[in-house]
Amino acid sequence: MNQNVQQTETSRDDTARLTPLLEVRGLGKAFGGVHAVDDLSFRILPGEVYAVIGPNGAGKTTLFNLITGLYQPDQGEISLKGEAVQGLPPERLARLGMSRTFQNLQICMNMTALENVMLGRHLHLKRNFLAALLRWPSLRASERTCRAQAEELIRFVGCGDYVDADAAAMPYGALKRLEIARALATQPSILLLDEPAAGLNSTETAALEQLIRKVAAGGITVVLVEHDMKLVMSISDRVLVLDYGRKLAEGTPREIRDNPDVIAAYLGG
Amino acid sequence: MALRLPERVPGLPVLALVLLLLPLFLGNEFHLDIATQIALIAATVVGLNLLVGYGGQVSLGHAAFFGMGAYASAILTGTYGWTSIPALLCGALLVAVLAWTLGRPILRLKGHYLSMATLGMGIIIAIVINNEGWLTGGPDGLAVEPLTVLGAELSIFDHYSLLGLEVSGAMLWYGLAALLLLLAVWIAQNLVDSPIGRALRAVHGSEVAARVVGVDTSHYKLLIFVISAVYASVMGSFYAHYTGFITPQVASFEHSIELITMVVLGGMASTYGVILGAVLLMLLPQLLTDFQDYEMMMFGLILMLTMIFMPKGLLPTLSEAVRRLRPRPATTPASGQE
Repeated sequence: MNQNVQQTETSRDDTARLTPLLEVRGLGKAFGGVHAVDDLSFRILPGEVYAVIGPNGAGKTTLFNLITGLYQPDQGEISLKGEAVQGLPPERLARLGMSRTFQNLQICMNMTALENVMLGRHLHLKRNFLAALLRWPSLRASERTCRAQAEELIRFVGCGDYVDADAAAMPYGALKRLEIARALATQPSILLLDEPAAGLNSTETAALEQLIRKVAAGGITVVLVEHDMKLVMSISDRVLVLDYGRKLAEGTPREIRDNPDVIAAYLGG
Repeated sequence: MALRLPERVPGLPVLALVLLLLPLFLGNEFHLDIATQIALIAATVVGLNLLVGYGGQVSLGHAAFFGMGAYASAILTGTYGWTSIPALLCGALLVAVLAWTLGRPILRLKGHYLSMATLGMGIIIAIVINNEGWLTGGPDGLAVEPLTVLGAELSIFDHYSLLGLEVSGAMLWYGLAALLLLLAVWIAQNLVDSPIGRALRAVHGSEVAARVVGVDTSHYKLLIFVISAVYASVMGSFYAHYTGFITPQVASFEHSIELITMVVLGGMASTYGVILGAVLLMLLPQLLTDFQDYEMMMFGLILMLTMIFMPKGLLPTLSEAVRRLRPRPATTPASGQE
């Protein structure tokens, strides 16, 4: 969680100079005749907090699903750390340091909070089949470490009360944060949050904002889709505005707020 | 630690104790015979539960693997004169290869489609066993040689001296079946408690969540399909040696349904629950000998009633009820405080 700590100055010159962590070029995906994402290009720099906003149906979640390998793109390229990754399945992308959360929670309700986060450590654990079958000491030691790390992460996201609780018994707000803990457990270099504040009250949203700041301060690049404009404008370094699957605008929160196209799209002008 | 009955209770020593003391309460050789058969089938179901209960993948054709193990042992020891253990291992290897080959395309399917595919697979294997009479004896069945271990023959009709004690072959067989069940439970629980088991349960809980944290879900589904098939094959081999005579019934669709009913009744994803399921459903035909013709109907009814009234199965439902009766310990986190 402490790689590529970089101060991001968000002026245009710097953007051009730094190598992007994630680059999307000419990305397209259609469902039937509907272009959910259409010829979309942007770059995300290491260490920045990058928000994707847009009206409902603008293609934000489709974009996330394309980037994280749940959907196959029709056209275009996606590169992560300079490596072409479009079309790779999510389990391969996880190895390359990508992790995400979901708009409609994807929590394993048949497991405890702790086990959900321990699952996030999957790639970092010994997974020797014979060792598992015979419960070798080395495996038990690595499980103990894993448990301790998972507990720490659960406390980090503010769910310390629920370490041993069954996920199915946890309230919605805590599950949202638990999902972030699980994503962090993979030690990602880039974390995609799909509407992390959806369904949260203002206190919970404020706590979430602090959490995202802490995550970003740890050097993890954060990409988020979010409808809560206050949250977006306050934590984002740059914002991408989508409308009908295309890029409507991109820039700092201030630039976006003053952009007439954006205002028109949002107010239906 | 949250209180979690019964998986977090030291279940294995308790099970061992029960199996050790059980012969004291069994009146005669007939009871011992039933107990031995139950232990062998229970071990099979513990393996099936890894696939169905923990992995969330339905197999309606598991008796086919059981039957293949049984027939591999019967044919290799009988027709070809092999000793028991190499025959058993060869059968298990054969089943593993077959499960792996069939599992790759089948496990891409989900829900009902997966059920139908495994059902078809089971029926095809049963038909082959039924029709290839030159090899399997066909519907008439096949006599099986007694189990031989290190050159010694273990027959239920003989008596043996063990540490100076005279022990019947039937009692030795019971001991062997009990050990096999304990081993099956130990291995299953090791697997469930490992990162592999966690990945597997995650496939059941949320496959997409498992994938985004790097779990190669198709790999784990296939792995557990092969493991549960090998469990069935090995137990089928022992079952064949124990009963001394097998018919295509062991590989039949009806037997597959019995096995899956044990899992569902006892409690999916509860190792001791499914053992309880096996015990109950194996005892049932003994208690209802007058209604033998209606056995499949009874299984169907039990399956339906379980799904309606306790979808989690017997043991998880019971342990939840017990937990609710007990006063809540102060240390558990109060839910809903958000």
